[in-house]
Amino acid sequence: MDKKIKMRAEGVNFFYGRSQALKNVDILIHANQVTALIGPSGCGKSTFIRLFNRMNELVLDTSLSGNIYLDDLEINSAQIDPVHIRKRVGMVFQKPNPFPKSILDNISYGLRVNGVKDANFIEERVEASLKKAAIWDEVKNRLSDSALKLSGGQQQRLCIARCLAVDTEVILFDEPCASLDPISTAKIEELILELKKDYTIVIVTHNMQQAARVSDYTGFFLLGELIEFGKTQDIFTAPQDKRTEAYITGRFG
Amino acid sequence: MKRKYIQNLGFGGLFLCMFATLFFLGLIIFFVGARGVKAISWEFLTQIPRCSMTQGGVAPAIVGTLYITLGAILFSLPLGVACAIYLCEYSPKGFMVNIIRISINNLAGVPSVVFGLFGLAVFVKFFGFGVSILSGSLTLGILALPLIISSTQEALLAVPQSIREASLSLGATKWETIKRIVLPAALPGILTGVILSIGRVAGETAPILFTAAAFYMRGYPKSVFSEVMALPYHIYALMTEGVHPDRQMAIAYGCSFILLFLVLSISGIAIIIRQKQRIQHG
Repeated sequence: MDKKIKMRAEGVNFFYGRSQALKNVDILIHANQVTALIGPSGCGKSTFIRLFNRMNELVLDTSLSGNIYLDDLEINSAQIDPVHIRKRVGMVFQKPNPFPKSILDNISYGLRVNGVKDANFIEERVEASLKKAAIWDEVKNRLSDSALKLSGGQQQRLCIARCLAVDTEVILFDEPCASLDPISTAKIEELILELKKDYTIVIVTHNMQQAARVSDYTGFFLLGELIEFGKTQDIFTAPQDKRTEAYITGRFG
Repeated sequence: MKRKYIQNLGFGGLFLCMFATLFFLGLIIFFVGARGVKAISWEFLTQIPRCSMTQGGVAPAIVGTLYITLGAILFSLPLGVACAIYLCEYSPKGFMVNIIRISINNLAGVPSVVFGLFGLAVFVKFFGFGVSILSGSLTLGILALPLIISSTQEALLAVPQSIREASLSLGATKWETIKRIVLPAALPGILTGVILSIGRVAGETAPILFTAAAFYMRGYPKSVFSEVMALPYHIYALMTEGVHPDRQMAIAYGCSFILLFLVLSISGIAIIIRQKQRIQHG
């Protein structure tokens, strides 16, 4: 492992009330690589990804043990404000969730809440983010239109652009293509491969072909445990665990 | 065949019920309109009453109703919206909050004459505001509070969780999320609820009976500590007191017409706002 580690989890246990959703999970997220988390529904992969930007705190009656690091920062320590973590670790959700505002306001929102007032800077950053998210050409002439008028695939790319506008370092994708058609899905996948040059990416997906296509590392979750983790190529061609093999060959899940 | 017959019977019955409702609604508007419109004239709208209410106009009652309603909204709008935001967004979910919610809902069910007595005891007597615009506005405001709180809560709950999460995931604080995302999205719903409660408040009689309303005033109120005439109470007074019942009744219908017109136009504004919102989110 000579590559830089961007995030890591050590001995993570997570509970919803009394039911344990994650059991002693360790993982290394490599910088500028795409890490895919796969597994059947309810295996804990979405719960796990939401720990990386402390989104599970919004859910009542949950508890967490273990450590999660962003570079060398323990993100759950008492003196850390989750707001700072979420600025550095962005998230794209399962269903596109643009704000009911204009395209422009959607992208500039993150900057504004973080105190940026310089109009020129905002304008430049909006353009740059939309370009990076490969949606600039489709929206450049109607930035003041409501974001809700865009198609589902465009909305999802807008949400990615929104995430890029704040100086994010890691992008968490929580089944980003679950509600999209194949063409929009292909565009998002292309985008993910492009983005990994500048960002570290973690993607939860139900779609194993997707994991195989876009990721460098893959982790397989089952019933709250990380069964196997390794280079995507190895996981898909020579899985070490029988359960991984059963899942990727389509015998369950 | 038989099933189709039963279905037609069912739809027919539903249609009749709908029609009956419309019929009564139409009847009210027609009755009040037909009898009221005769009384309406420029003089009626702009003059003060003369000759023991049998001549002149009802301008002080119109102005009084507007004052009291405005006062009630100024008081209850900020308080109710703030309270709903707290209950919806901040308060820890649990036993106590449920109790508070239930209490607020029950407050909406309290008969309005009870609010009137409460206003008399607290605002008129205890705080010493006297029978005045201030006392009446506060009493009506308290009556409107539960309506405003529950409609605001509904509007806030209708804002999808997903856009709150989106905002938080961009590094916004909870307060920024509420201020910049949740409130703007909920605003049309809140406004609709508020406007509907204005309509409700404008027509209330019992709460102002002991707290604000005067049977007759020679002019317009001079300050918030003045008594006022108000349309609903004026109608009541015209029908129960005085020596020329027939002539008074015509004026009462005129007042009802104005009141109905005010309340319906207020509801109309609410509908327009809601419609605009639908188009925007289309």
